[in-house]
Amino acid sequence: MNGSTVIFYLLAALTLVNGVLSVSTRQIFRAAIYLLFTLIGIAGLYFWLNYQFIAAVQVVVYVGGIVVLIIFSIFLTQQAGEKLQKQKIGRKLFAALAVFCGFGLTIIQVYQHAFYEPAETGVPVSVAAIGQKMLSMNDEGYALPFEVVSMLLLAAMIGCIVIAMKEKKITDNEPGTSSPDHTGKE
Amino acid sequence: MLAPGLYHILFISAALFFIGVYGFLTRRNLITMLMSIELILNSVNLNFIAFNKYLWPQKMDGLFFTVFIIAIAAAEAALAIAIIINLYRSHQSIDVGNAEDLKY
Repeated sequence: MNGSTVIFYLLAALTLVNGVLSVSTRQIFRAAIYLLFTLIGIAGLYFWLNYQFIAAVQVVVYVGGIVVLIIFSIFLTQQAGEKLQKQKIGRKLFAALAVFCGFGLTIIQVYQHAFYEPAETGVPVSVAAIGQKMLSMNDEGYALPFEVVSMLLLAAMIGCIVIAMKEKKITDNEPGTSSPDHTGKE
Repeated sequence: MLAPGLYHILFISAALFFIGVYGFLTRRNLITMLMSIELILNSVNLNFIAFNKYLWPQKMDGLFFTVFIIAIAAAEAALAIAIIINLYRSHQSIDVGNAEDLKY
């Protein structure tokens, strides 16, 4: 058992233990922090697999972006120190049973299937190769999905602004002539 | 069996997926349900990377799928949080039982 193996098991334990805690704790802020450590564990697994670019993207987008967004929305919507309400034991039991059955079936299927693993191992992917492939327009390139994702992000940004915008108070001023500090009452 | 390989990573990602499903089934708070969805998406990403690494090491397809899934997950989380905050403004609660009022 060498160092790499030990690191793999440590990362796996970090990911899974924090994942279980994240879905089982009753304090929502702690759930967000456990989720943070789960995502860090997955980023560590990407590093362990030699995919440094994906690990960096994972840290930047998930740990630096999504978790911070979730924590801010918790601040905006929860009262301090308030615990989540307890769930019915029947619902928990049913969910646990369904999850165990699904997990068992999946694992049995995976371990029965013999994957063909090629003997040669690939070289670590460089960031320059990723960038060239992402923007190349030939058959193996990913220029079209790249553009589609950029359109999706733009649409999501506009959608967020529209959804989260406060509704304007209806005033009886003319829309073109109203000024914010002049209410127009005579 | 002890040295980590493809099967170990598939085990981790399957476990993470079903942890996310468990959270999604038991939680009634919209933010914690969103966290469960993030766990599920991460398990899918881990699967793509593992298959790319062990089965097709010369190609980069799984890597690109992961990059695009991360981008879509970011957009999805931002939109979901905008909807959640809007729901909180009108109902002072983010319980999933209140979400059916959104259609009115």
